[in-house]
Amino acid sequence: MARFIFLTIDGLATGAVYATFALSLVLIWRAARIVNFAQGAISVAAADVAWSVGSRVGGWWLGLLLAPLVGALLGVLMQRFTVRRLGPERHLDAIIVAIGVAMVVQAVLGMVFGLQYRPLPAPVSQTVLTVGGVPTLSPYKLLVLGAVALLVVGLALLFSRTAVGLRLRASALAPEVSRLLGVEVERMTTLAWGLATGVGAFAAMLVLPTGPGLHPTAMDGVFITAFTAAVLGGLDSPVGAVVGGFAVGLVLNYVTGYTDEPNLAPVALLGLLLAVLLVRPNGIFAGPTIRRA
Amino acid sequence: MRRPIRAAALVTAAALVVACSPTDQPSPEPYVPPRGVTETEIRLGTHQPLTGPASSYSRVALAMKAYFDHVNAHGGVHGRQIVFLIKDDGYNPANTQTVVRELVEQDEVFAIVGGLGTPTHSAVLDYLKEEQVPDLFVASGAGSWNQPARYPGTFGFQTDYTTEGKIVGHYLAEESAGETVCAFHQDDDFGREFVAGVEAGLGAPVALRQSYIPTNTNVAPQVQALQSAGCTVVVLATLPSFTAQVLRTADQLSFRPHFVASTAGSDYATVGAILGVDKALLEGLISTGYLPIATNPDDPWIALFQQILDEYGDGGEVDNNVVVGMSIAYLTVQALQRAGREITVDGLIAAIEEGGFRGPGLVPFAFSPTSHAGYSGGRMSKVTNGKQDYFGPAYVTDAGSAPVTEYTEPAAVPPPDGIPTP
Amino acid sequence: MDDPRVRMNPAARGAVAGLALLAAGVAASYALPDRLFALGQVVAWLVAAAGLTVLVGLSGQLSLGQAGFMATGAYAAALTQNALYAAGFTVAPPAGTSGRFAAAAGPTAAGWTLPVALLAGVAAAAAVGALLGLAAVRMRGAYLAGATLVFGLIVTPVTVLVDALGGEQGLRVHVPRAPDPVGSAVGEGRFRVWVALVGAALVLAILTAVVRGRWGRDLRAARDDEAAAALVGIPVARVRLGAFVASAATAGLGGGLYVYLTGTALPGYFGLTTSLFLLVAVVIGGAGRLVGAVGGTLFVVAVPIVTTEVMSAVDASPALQARLAGNAPLALLGLCLVLVTLATPGGWSARLGRGPRRVRIGWGRADQGRSGRLDLGRPRAGRRGDRGRGGTGARPPIPDVRE
Repeated sequence: MARFIFLTIDGLATGAVYATFALSLVLIWRAARIVNFAQGAISVAAADVAWSVGSRVGGWWLGLLLAPLVGALLGVLMQRFTVRRLGPERHLDAIIVAIGVAMVVQAVLGMVFGLQYRPLPAPVSQTVLTVGGVPTLSPYKLLVLGAVALLVVGLALLFSRTAVGLRLRASALAPEVSRLLGVEVERMTTLAWGLATGVGAFAAMLVLPTGPGLHPTAMDGVFITAFTAAVLGGLDSPVGAVVGGFAVGLVLNYVTGYTDEPNLAPVALLGLLLAVLLVRPNGIFAGPTIRRA
Repeated sequence: MRRPIRAAALVTAAALVVACSPTDQPSPEPYVPPRGVTETEIRLGTHQPLTGPASSYSRVALAMKAYFDHVNAHGGVHGRQIVFLIKDDGYNPANTQTVVRELVEQDEVFAIVGGLGTPTHSAVLDYLKEEQVPDLFVASGAGSWNQPARYPGTFGFQTDYTTEGKIVGHYLAEESAGETVCAFHQDDDFGREFVAGVEAGLGAPVALRQSYIPTNTNVAPQVQALQSAGCTVVVLATLPSFTAQVLRTADQLSFRPHFVASTAGSDYATVGAILGVDKALLEGLISTGYLPIATNPDDPWIALFQQILDEYGDGGEVDNNVVVGMSIAYLTVQALQRAGREITVDGLIAAIEEGGFRGPGLVPFAFSPTSHAGYSGGRMSKVTNGKQDYFGPAYVTDAGSAPVTEYTEPAAVPPPDGIPTP
Repeated sequence: MDDPRVRMNPAARGAVAGLALLAAGVAASYALPDRLFALGQVVAWLVAAAGLTVLVGLSGQLSLGQAGFMATGAYAAALTQNALYAAGFTVAPPAGTSGRFAAAAGPTAAGWTLPVALLAGVAAAAAVGALLGLAAVRMRGAYLAGATLVFGLIVTPVTVLVDALGGEQGLRVHVPRAPDPVGSAVGEGRFRVWVALVGAALVLAILTAVVRGRWGRDLRAARDDEAAAALVGIPVARVRLGAFVASAATAGLGGGLYVYLTGTALPGYFGLTTSLFLLVAVVIGGAGRLVGAVGGTLFVVAVPIVTTEVMSAVDASPALQARLAGNAPLALLGLCLVLVTLATPGGWSARLGRGPRRVRIGWGRADQGRSGRLDLGRPRAGRRGDRGRGGTGARPPIPDVRE
């Protein structure tokens, strides 16, 4: 029982990061119908830059503030100079371009920072607290959960309560009508990209202290897992991304923890994905499909 | 089409040599240098992970080149300069296929030396055999390089994982009676071979085995399982980044067993760099080794390597990767010397199989006509006050059923100019 | 929907395509004697890329796991080949080994075991493709991409889980060697490339023929407007499944050919990078164009080679050299990808003047369940063309407030 509790709590903590990253993927999807394959590389680059500053002054906290800004900037640059030139129909080409951007970013990071892991220490203790003899979470992971909760609430408020949020949603859902109504759709799309890559960078700053450290490929695993989570939950659904992220975190932990065979975890993930998509081809939380006359 | 011509020349030369060898008559035919060997140079090649997930080993190649440059400055081997070509395969076996073929077919090397990586080198074993290219001193601890019947040109260098595991198991059997010994290993051949060796040396299975895959850095479930099982000694067959993860995670869970790590993942400098401020977690880490430790400047071999690195390398410090690289290069020079001026592929193989090479290693090589395994054992090491040092005697054994025995020969001293005497 | 310029019947067209590839490949194998392995890799990959371009371009299904099917075919072929070898279907090895290596030379597999092994690979990949396809045909766009991505990622874990597959060290495969008279005249490396070319030519011929025929029409129709296609009696799900299985089968052959070329089967050959590179080849060549698949594969294999050579000519300190040299090919390839994709709408082969045959792969909205706009390649006023699904199009869709 204690093991189950530990695996569950630990799984939720890692799942929180997947949820955040999945959310960033969903943001771009809703805005532009593109899966941004460069999301992982951009978030590492942002974390690298933020930590270059933070390691000298301000520590991890400053890094946490800087990373989303740098990530947003990189996302905006990417969108303006590459994806936007493709136009709205070339979704496949957008994936290729994103892969190309990811390669360039990772290569540049490798040239500038080298290919060894560079430690990114956590701002608070990572010693796991035990409650009644059961190991639960470390103060740092509590911090991560809190930050993720704040972010999710913040985004929800942004989209549902603010004028900007409404414009963002309108531009994603009905660009032509929005344009007619005076919304600057192109600017909103760029804003959505920046927001999404900023969120991804935020997730990177949260998760990297729990791993071996900074490395050009450090977020590749998170990207793939988060993408899976977003697909599971439904690419159109922010709620789905969050639920999918936590679900994936739990599944990975349970499979690794109860079968003693970590190679089964990716296989289990495939099985879960196929099972869900067979029943709900657009993810768990997708709205019903609508046929139009 | 050079290959069939070369093959024909080789066949002719070999046939003539065989025909003449049983008698004392001098062979009448002139010596035909094999591919990669000329009057003035001998070409060697290697594939290394200069980039990619294993790039922490990238200084091995640099060290090899530095040592060969040093030898060249002193006249080379048998009057031939060593031309050493390094190609990056990014630790990707598909790239290894490409670069090794380039080395053999375009750059026409005589031999491949110190190919690094288990999955990468596995990809080219058969190709090198088909092309009859000597495949010397593979930089990996897998047991596959020791198959003289199947791959006559391939020789290992490192102590293989099973042998190393046996020594660790033997040490634990002697020192840790009453402890609960568990294992945390990479879920592949490296991990499994090492743990199998540990269990053989221990004479009993470990209490609990947990494993990891490189694509998931969250090892908390596994570490917590080890903790719940009450393990007091945990044997690690991990790569450096995962050694760091285990040490950190265990500390976060307030789980403090004795850790005993395979040499593949216990390099103090490498793991320490990943741990950063958590470096103190390495305190007390036990491991093994078979070469001088880089942080021991009193060792005459380290001093020699530092000198050579200063002159021909990147001006950095000697680390354990440099020690491995230069040791491979040193052994290569010894083998080339022994093979003689009129070097041939078969001659080289026979020269290595004679064995008995003495160099920086703490234990002997296992080279013989029936064994192409490299180093045959090691010594236990421990991290004390931030420094990794050997303790106790050296041990030798093999990957099979030979017992673990002490090896008491004193270490060899480097030759004055750093060049082995033939 | 047939290109009115076509004069040959599909079968003849296919034969021409296949023979052209064969001729070009043989010529290249003499023109580039130092690059035989790279050539072989191109051939093995272009088989997989050809299937993928049909799947992605003509059927509108995006797969990020093509390397997973290559692995399936590769390992099935490897196991079959080794089983046949162990069963004794061998011949004496060709001459040429001497000295110490002669003793290790052992018998070599009989030549006919290779096609059997390759067929086994194709069958296995097709079977797995059918299984996965049954689920996949219900998925659209990015969801299918996600599912195929995760499928491709289980290759390495499965090779470790199943002992017979050899884990990360892979399998040594007893592939047949070139028979004596031919082998010494032509060279083992070149011979293997030729054998691979035969396989690739066959695949190219078959695909060229069928995409011009009824099946190709059905594929395109189902891609462009499912409802309309179903209304005219096209079995949409079956057609999509067929494309999925065909793509998997070609990938299986590609994987088997790669095993033949290298004599080994390793999971590292079939990772995510391979899947992505194949996709890049498809897109650069123009999704849906078989000629483009050939050109795109050449590009993807050539660029790292060229960039490595360029970088090794740059002089710098050893440490910096290593860092630059190691990462620069990746950076340059990425840059090429971005620039080429931005600069060539429709991919390379569109630039060869084949006319504005636009391939649309819109994904529609999840709430609409469509796979894209109908595009017949000819200007069509009114009705079907501007129902305006899938992104900004001719007429704005009525916004749906359900999220």
